[in-house]
Amino acid sequence: MEGTDTAKNRTRKQRDNVWRRRALGAILPILIIICWEIAAILIDNEFILPRLESVLAVLAAPTVDILGSGSLINNALLSIERVIMGFGLAALVGIPVGLVMGYWQRVEDFIDTTVQLFRPIPPLAWIPLALAWFKTGIVSMTFIIFIGSVFPVLLNTVDGVKSVNKTWVESARTFGASQRQVLAKVIMPASLPTIWTGLRVGFGIAWMCVVAAEMLPGTTSGLGYLIMYAYNWGQVQVIIAGMIVIGLIGLLIDGLFRVIEHQRFRWRGMTR
Amino acid sequence: MEGNDKMSLSIKHVSKVFVNEKGEEVTALGDINLEVEEGEFICILGPSGCGKTTLLRIIAGLDDPSSGRAEIGGREITGPAPELAMIFQEYSLYPWRTIIDNTAFGLEVRGISKEERYAKAREYLDLVGLKEFEGSYPYELSGGMRQRVAVARALCSEPQVLLMDEPFGALDAQTRNTMQKELLEIWKKTKKTVIFVTHSVDEAVYLSDRVVVLSPRPSEVREIVTVEQERPRERTSLEFAQVRRYVLSLIHNGNE
Repeated sequence: MEGTDTAKNRTRKQRDNVWRRRALGAILPILIIICWEIAAILIDNEFILPRLESVLAVLAAPTVDILGSGSLINNALLSIERVIMGFGLAALVGIPVGLVMGYWQRVEDFIDTTVQLFRPIPPLAWIPLALAWFKTGIVSMTFIIFIGSVFPVLLNTVDGVKSVNKTWVESARTFGASQRQVLAKVIMPASLPTIWTGLRVGFGIAWMCVVAAEMLPGTTSGLGYLIMYAYNWGQVQVIIAGMIVIGLIGLLIDGLFRVIEHQRFRWRGMTR
Repeated sequence: MEGNDKMSLSIKHVSKVFVNEKGEEVTALGDINLEVEEGEFICILGPSGCGKTTLLRIIAGLDDPSSGRAEIGGREITGPAPELAMIFQEYSLYPWRTIIDNTAFGLEVRGISKEERYAKAREYLDLVGLKEFEGSYPYELSGGMRQRVAVARALCSEPQVLLMDEPFGALDAQTRNTMQKELLEIWKKTKKTVIFVTHSVDEAVYLSDRVVVLSPRPSEVREIVTVEQERPRERTSLEFAQVRRYVLSLIHNGNE
């Protein structure tokens, strides 16, 4: 009786604790919103800081066209489409190349120096070159996003393959597994959690890149374009609404990555 | 060609020289000779760093000897062979696979159909007493249970010889004793040849038909001690203590 009681109490305490921590985390955002509203009232100039209500009004009508530049949803979908192109390409290149680099030391020796040389160049520094080569448009953007997200995907894949437990590989070999089987049945699944982390980080960067790339002159759509366009029209409430949407989409997709990570790779960190 | 005793294992003048990180040559194995009969339970015993594991890895086909050869059924071992299955000390199960998929791994690699390999895997999981855990993951099992799965996995690929590299070394004393008892029962039932590496004198004397005592590096076979005592052996018996003391003396002051 006593035992089950305390156990029940403990789980309730844990649950209370979770709520207390969430509540604590909610305080600061609420404070920021209150300060914003007060400041907006005091400044009383919607070209500098609009009231919360006007931003919410923009967010509440995501399908309504904004100044002839398309609706929030339209532009968000376009941005997502672009990021999928660039990020997809980065994954398509980064994962196989990373697997090969991690598996064969010679391939790594051959490629790694080049990777290290290109990696510190920020993706945005490639913009002028991208414009010179591909003009404004989907190719340019895909290129920038690719540059931004390929390195974390590649390097995490290499790292994942290299940190595969040697006993796993040798076990497979003693059972007569061929090199291809070792790669498919041991190396791949064993390094998948690390590859997944690379994808998550890579996607975060890709999302930043797409918004930046959409601010380029000549672009006519996307969330990055929308907030830049809104600036030219002095529509600060649209800028802030656009930023909120950009943040929410990033958060949502990162959350999706985390959920899958939690479900599929629970064994990670519990290897024994 | 050696004819009839087809699955006997011989180790002929095997030596192994490593190059360490400083670039120096280290002789792990001097000149090892050993004949193992089919169905025998052999323990390889020696001080740590004497190359017991290296010897086992050479038999498993994971390492090549620097000279000499290991043979199974008269054939030289040049790589992993289906007649041999290795059980490692720990961390050998695949954490992303369920227990049954771990157990059936060897058959999966050979392209056996799912139905067939699951049936076989269940049979061996039953043998080690873990049938009801087939859907679990390794991290949900205790250390002893995981090593039972490793044994089932090795048996599932139907080898003639089980190579065991300190398989109970990471377990607590209690579990270790239980596992030893269970291993002997499995050995009796399946009639496999077992080559078991350990640095525990007690474990070696408890388990084996013959204890192969290795000398320190560069190691050679110091002596092979035959343990006559009936199984299950009583650790507290006088006979057991005598053999144990003798083997211990071989390890500690063998050069006298």
